[in-house]
Amino acid sequence: MANTLNPKASYLPRKQTESVSVPIARPRLSLRQSLGEWSLASLSAFVLAFLWIPILVLVVFSFNDSRTVNEWRGFTTIWYFNIFNGVTTGEARFATELMLSALKNSVFVSVTATIISTVIGTMVALSFARGQFIGKRFLQGLLFFPLVIPEITQGVSLAMFFVIAFNFINTLTGNRPNFGFETIIAGHVAFNISYVAVVVGARFSYMNPHLEEAAADLGANEWQTFWRVTFPQLVPGILAGGLLAFTLSLDDYVVTFFNSGIGTTTLPVFVYGMLKTSVTPEINAISTLMLVASTILIVISLAFQRRTA
Amino acid sequence: MRKLIQILFLMVFTAVISVPVIAQETAIETEWTCPEGYAGQTLNVFNWATYIGEDTISDFEILCDVTVNYDIFDTNESLIARLRQGNPGYDVAFPNDYAVVIMGREELIQPIDLDNIPNFENVAENFKGLSFDPENEYSVPYLWGTTGVGYNAEKVEITSYMDVFDYDGPVAWIDDVRAMMAIALGVLGYNPSSQDPVELEEAKNFLLEHSQNVVAIADDDGQALLERGEIDIVVEYNGDLYQLQVDCECDTFQYAVPEELSLVDITNLVLLTDSPNPELAQVFMDYILDPAVNGAITSDTGYATANIAAIEGEFVDEDLLSNTSIYPDLEAMTNIAFYEEVGEAEQLYNDIWDEILILIGA
Repeated sequence: MANTLNPKASYLPRKQTESVSVPIARPRLSLRQSLGEWSLASLSAFVLAFLWIPILVLVVFSFNDSRTVNEWRGFTTIWYFNIFNGVTTGEARFATELMLSALKNSVFVSVTATIISTVIGTMVALSFARGQFIGKRFLQGLLFFPLVIPEITQGVSLAMFFVIAFNFINTLTGNRPNFGFETIIAGHVAFNISYVAVVVGARFSYMNPHLEEAAADLGANEWQTFWRVTFPQLVPGILAGGLLAFTLSLDDYVVTFFNSGIGTTTLPVFVYGMLKTSVTPEINAISTLMLVASTILIVISLAFQRRTA
Repeated sequence: MRKLIQILFLMVFTAVISVPVIAQETAIETEWTCPEGYAGQTLNVFNWATYIGEDTISDFEILCDVTVNYDIFDTNESLIARLRQGNPGYDVAFPNDYAVVIMGREELIQPIDLDNIPNFENVAENFKGLSFDPENEYSVPYLWGTTGVGYNAEKVEITSYMDVFDYDGPVAWIDDVRAMMAIALGVLGYNPSSQDPVELEEAKNFLLEHSQNVVAIADDDGQALLERGEIDIVVEYNGDLYQLQVDCECDTFQYAVPEELSLVDITNLVLLTDSPNPELAQVFMDYILDPAVNGAITSDTGYATANIAAIEGEFVDEDLLSNTSIYPDLEAMTNIAFYEEVGEAEQLYNDIWDEILILIGA
């Protein structure tokens, strides 16, 4: 063991965790270690509780037999039943019809935006990882912009941009385009590209560049190298980025609302719109269902990452 | 044989093509008829999510043979912000009282012609010409709610705000500076949305002088405190009290809008600027004000309607109509007031509220 040969190495954090399995190596640090581990464990527990307890409350109260949200009055599935009541017989409640059409819009917008942004995002990541061009650093910095600027700024500035663009097209052709699914999808693609590019870019840094050189040595042209060597290694990153983009797109409210047109109400907009009128646990039920869907996506995404780690 | 098949085929064919000709039945029985000439047109409605009757939209589509797109916004502020970017093609929206003022000032809405809306006469007199739109130039009233007093009827009876302020027992106020200040200003006889620093100071002192019985300034759970018996009186929104009454299925908890001041929030139908179909939009407004249609809306949503014809015509669900928190005594509601913008005085309001919260320490 290298640790025992070089006592100084024991101060390196990575070695410390390794030494847990061999406590005899440095009995001197055991108190500090256990204290550190204990506080780390409790901190993790606290963070997890902080993240999950509110969600747990939401899930529990989606089964609450009461219209008031703050007291438990017994178990019921009526809120779930209410959501789907009459859907199959075509006699759904108006709210149900609205919700289902909003869900349909949401899925359409997120799937389309995800496909477009995943393709573009991957190409962006590729050009940053393998390309050499002037202003690369500057552009890489720009890539992080959509990740850090407030969503409301993105939403409003995009809407203003579209208005100016529409006016311009109107003066050119005499036809004024309008807000609709196209503008929402464009808005989602705009912020999703960054997320996909960052996730796929991270994948590049794990890859062995010599494999591509070896492929070139063996006579593959650049196109063949990309499809047979680079792309298969990128797939987990692309899938993870795509799933992240899908989740973000499905959840998005601000950019969607400010760039929406006639008949484009999405599920998050619908849920926000319900808050005014009915604080019934139906909202909890819808949120729980969305949570389940998101969780499934996250599990899939993690599974892909683990398989290749 | 071949002829038989031909005849059969013809019969099926006629049956199939004649189906769309048979007029569909509306879910709500109404005498309202759609003016002619709108068939095949489109109306774009912008509303809160579940803020309309179950069959209101589909019935309108049947009666006028039109298509309705129903989109959703979540707050008055986001509605205004969205329309400031240019109206993407909506005809009708449902903003609150104060939002009508802002939208009128920013020309996000356009005047309506009441001649196109004969059912406007169904609106109760005390809901016509309200302060935010004195001539009903831009808006017709839709559904409304109040801020008032919830109380335990086994212990106390409330008719005046002084019954709250002078009560010898535990009381909770609502953590809403505009509501509490409006009540104090109203009791003192001033404009409930006053911007006058002297009047505001007086209202603050009034609240502080009458705060001995306050045990809580409740955020959103005043009705829960009332239910648990920790307090006997709570200043609350009517919707919260209604939920308590529905949950408890008892007569213990009552709601009143005291005589000094009826703090009302009301949503309205407005015609948006750049509406693609303003004529159909006004037909829709007229349809919404039909007594049968309107009664179904208030019964389905649980919000009170300003449509007196719907109430008198017995189109409103009886349980709802007899519920004091949804339908307080309409005739007693004479001092109706709405929240108005207070401009730069808003900071003063917030400062006063901070001071009250600290001094009362509830």
